[in-house]
Amino acid sequence: MNRFTFVDCATVDEALSQMKGDAVVKAGGIDLLDLMKDGIVSPPKLVSILNVRSLHSIGLTDRGLELGPLTTLSEIAEHPEIQQRYAGLSDAAGHAATPQVRNMATLGGNLMQRPRCWYFRSTDFDCRKKGSSDECHALQGENQYHAIVNNKSCAMVHPSSTAVPLLAMDAEVELTSKAGKRTVAMRDFYVAPEVDLQRETAVKPGELITAIRVPSPAAGTRSAYQKYGEKESFDWPIADAGVVLEMDGRTCRKAAIVLGVAAPTPIHATDAEAALRGKVIDERTAREAGKLAVANATPLSQNGYKVQLFQTAVYRTILLAAGQMGRDPSAVG
Amino acid sequence: MADDMMVLDPEAQQEKQPKVGETKTASVLFGIPQLGLTHVDRQVPVDEPPPLPENSALKYVGHPTVRYDGVQKVSGRGKYTADVHLPGMLYAYMLGADVPHGRILSVDTSAAERYPGVKAVYVIEHDYGGIAELRDPKAETPSRYPVVRYAGQPIAAVAATSQAVAEDAAKLIQVKYDPMPFVVERGDARQADAPLVFPGPADAAGSAGGGGGPKDVPQTGNVHGPEKKTKGDPEAGFKEADVIVEGEYFTQVQTHSALETHGVVADWKPDELTIYASTQGTASVRDEFAEVFKLPKSKVRVITEFMGGGFGAKFGAGNEGVVAANLSRKAGAPVRLMLDRRQEHIVSNRPDSHQKLRIGAKRDGTLTAIELISYGTAGVGTGAGTAGPATNLYKCANIRTEENDVFVNAGPGAAFRAPGHPQGCFAFEQTIDDLAVKLNMDPLDLREKIDESPARKVERQIIREKTNWRDRKAAGADTGPVKRGMGIAQSVWYRFVDMDSSCEVRVAKDGSVEVLSAVQDIGGGTKTILAQVVAEEFGIPPHNVQVRVGDTRYPIGPNSGGSVTAGSITPAIRNTAWQAKQKFLQAVAAPLGTTADNLELRDGNVAWKDGSRSVSLRSAAAKMPTSEISARTTRVPDYEKAKLTYGGVDYVELAVDTETGRVHLEKVFGVHDCGRPINPTGVISQVHGGILQGISYALFEQRVMDRQKGYMLNANLESYKIVGAREVPEIEVELIENYIGQSSTDAAGIGESAGIITLAAAIGNAFYNATGVRMRSIPMTPSNVLAALGKTSGEMTV
Repeated sequence: MNRFTFVDCATVDEALSQMKGDAVVKAGGIDLLDLMKDGIVSPPKLVSILNVRSLHSIGLTDRGLELGPLTTLSEIAEHPEIQQRYAGLSDAAGHAATPQVRNMATLGGNLMQRPRCWYFRSTDFDCRKKGSSDECHALQGENQYHAIVNNKSCAMVHPSSTAVPLLAMDAEVELTSKAGKRTVAMRDFYVAPEVDLQRETAVKPGELITAIRVPSPAAGTRSAYQKYGEKESFDWPIADAGVVLEMDGRTCRKAAIVLGVAAPTPIHATDAEAALRGKVIDERTAREAGKLAVANATPLSQNGYKVQLFQTAVYRTILLAAGQMGRDPSAVG
Repeated sequence: MADDMMVLDPEAQQEKQPKVGETKTASVLFGIPQLGLTHVDRQVPVDEPPPLPENSALKYVGHPTVRYDGVQKVSGRGKYTADVHLPGMLYAYMLGADVPHGRILSVDTSAAERYPGVKAVYVIEHDYGGIAELRDPKAETPSRYPVVRYAGQPIAAVAATSQAVAEDAAKLIQVKYDPMPFVVERGDARQADAPLVFPGPADAAGSAGGGGGPKDVPQTGNVHGPEKKTKGDPEAGFKEADVIVEGEYFTQVQTHSALETHGVVADWKPDELTIYASTQGTASVRDEFAEVFKLPKSKVRVITEFMGGGFGAKFGAGNEGVVAANLSRKAGAPVRLMLDRRQEHIVSNRPDSHQKLRIGAKRDGTLTAIELISYGTAGVGTGAGTAGPATNLYKCANIRTEENDVFVNAGPGAAFRAPGHPQGCFAFEQTIDDLAVKLNMDPLDLREKIDESPARKVERQIIREKTNWRDRKAAGADTGPVKRGMGIAQSVWYRFVDMDSSCEVRVAKDGSVEVLSAVQDIGGGTKTILAQVVAEEFGIPPHNVQVRVGDTRYPIGPNSGGSVTAGSITPAIRNTAWQAKQKFLQAVAAPLGTTADNLELRDGNVAWKDGSRSVSLRSAAAKMPTSEISARTTRVPDYEKAKLTYGGVDYVELAVDTETGRVHLEKVFGVHDCGRPINPTGVISQVHGGILQGISYALFEQRVMDRQKGYMLNANLESYKIVGAREVPEIEVELIENYIGQSSTDAAGIGESAGIITLAAAIGNAFYNATGVRMRSIPMTPSNVLAALGKTSGEMTV
């Protein structure tokens, strides 16, 4: 049994003063409670921020979108203006997990969930990621759901759906600690295993996510997100793609293409982005971008199929963003 | 019902039936309405009730009926085993082995015993979980503890004042192992230098629900078999063939994943052991507890009022049951032991398979020879044979089968809804489909040629009339990335009867009617059909019949496996109800001023047959000379010895996205038969369940074992994927009535032939029709589908 103390906080200051030592912040508790039940973490203290009302907000201004970290995935998915101006983010929030989970899961928690790897998430295995052994079992073992890019030291994947469009949209995360506030760009938010296997994000001890800001989209911007898995619902993505296109008519001025669960962190497909710049978006250019998106893949023994799946995810999501294809029935959630 | 018996010779079972005493000739209904109904003469026991007419002429039997306990189930008032709370009850948890193979050197329980809240600790000395046993126990050095042969094998358990305390304390038990080499994959285990799971030949017993493989076969390394069976002259048959098709197929291990995990509440008292069990067999559980604890059967009571699914894995005491009873005896308090989901995934499964099939045929489709060689792993158990469909579906004079079990260090296989048949059908019905391609015949037309079953003939006709089959295109005709197709597959299952089917029917002086039997309702709707059959005799609505089942204090009932329940218990129920009715009419006739033969029960009344008068059942019952009238009977044998089968035809329409590997089911249309359907609503509901489980097996479910450490990696419902609401296609089910003239109800079960057998094959055939590519492995995940389509990069392993 996990024995822990539980502190229910009403304000950010209260939460910050409680976040000491090995205390862990709990918002919706979706991933945290699973990790505790599975014996992967056993924090002595949970600091609940679920009732910090100042962190539960949606703000839309000329400068962009500001989301409190306690905004639920359902609220993001259902917000008409987010649907209109940040379609990719709305898609991602609305296609994660299940309706029940989306009603409880918060945006902050979605970003802060721990990576997926059945070796990491089982107490049966010591591993490099846990720091308890030098092995990565996935490299030699059962790796059908693992990373196909940047997978040499640890082949886990980060499953956050919302991180994918947020990275593509150049969002930033506001972190607050007793020392004050700082902002971290989404591109610096996740820490790749080759940099530091133990830190997963830029969030330091004592820091709390207090806002997620998405800049106002440039004129002609269209975005989309699609997730592919084995099942329609209640399943983790095995490939997902977020696409932001700045268009002049049918010509792409600038593209951001982000792949989720391809690597241990969400990544930009930079070659694919470059290939679309200045091009007319059509099925041919979209498919070409799909191929380039995974040109650097280094699949493991059992996940070669994900290379094909990402090519498809990317080309179809580009076409969806460009309004040239409907939502893919094979995309799940 | 052992599934090996089913495949070998269903007739053998009828030999065990008692000799029938005095008989009379009865003219009983026979046939399928679409083919024309007739009557046949049967010799039946003299006290057999009059034969029933067809369903349309009956009032309650054969008519859609609301589930007897449906409201209780959906409102949470139905008490399942895990809902049982007894005063002073303790909670137990079993510690599982954390090595996949090894000898236990020592088990130190002292820290657990000292842990606050712990009331008893028990160390397992003998396995009751289905591990095969060495033919020669001397092949292994004797040990105080069972040898660990799979990771998670229960070792010891703790009973404590709460579930959390029990789990914490169990983890304090120190087990020292002498680890041994292990192997968890079938292919690896067949290698000559593979670690041995058993040091010599070993056999598994199976359960009342089947499972277990043959015992008189050779064993080489980890390969237990082959069990060879030959009919006719297969070599000559292949020589005679104009065409020969061959195929190699792979299926995965599927875990039972019942909504309610295995478990019991055991209450050991000096005068009686009471077991609240999540079981498919109150009788088989009672018998095993009596045997294990050397108790008279009269001092073991098993209760299963509501049951949350078993699918074949819940027939015996199980390790959890024996452990809970021992803990209860030690602690002097009732003990609840429900497996957690991880344990549930490990303790039972449907074996996997690797099958090679060869079929020879004449140009007109006539089958000349069938050959099947199969290997499958039931982990540390046996029972992976797959020959049922190849042997029993179609007319073929020359058949050779060789079935092999392969031992690996993983949880034991168990009977699982139509043991061996989903695997066998996946390979066999796709190879038959290949034959149709090679012969340039429509797959339905080919089956008209080779299938002798009149029921499936009618079922195919319904498929032809009510589906889009006539619009079926050539294989791979669609040009875009998404391709559509249609396919069918057929199933076969066998008529088994459990003669241990007894019941009592009581009529009280207030006219209330009660039926009692130890038979359990495992979710199929047994309570409902019992009520309907009694209701038909008494002329009262089914919900006015009090149904009491699932308690061995009532007359003993059949164990629910192999689709035996409806066919076994309903004739006993009808005969008992009929006899109770006769006794009742005898008792009230004189007070009513007439004789019993002038009376009948109709519309809640005792009615004069000439229509002159009627009185309410209640007021007539008030005239009973005693406060209760009761009758009790046991199942009489089927009227004729015959090898009878049931079957179904399932049709699938789907779309394959060849760039994502997603298989989208769009429509399933199933036509099935199970003799006389008693409650069409219940039967159709079971077929829906079978179709869903079949879809889940075909597209999603698979046990994943880690070869490095020997653990199951997805022993949860997150990574072990089961069909969800969003994956459910449009499903339509039709039943046909098939009167076979075998018993006073002519009912049969539907659990096995209900879709689970056919769906993977039907989806495979539709996949081929869509893409022109044959799916040789399931589940049809994006990974397997893209591999089959040649669209993966990187090194792939099977």
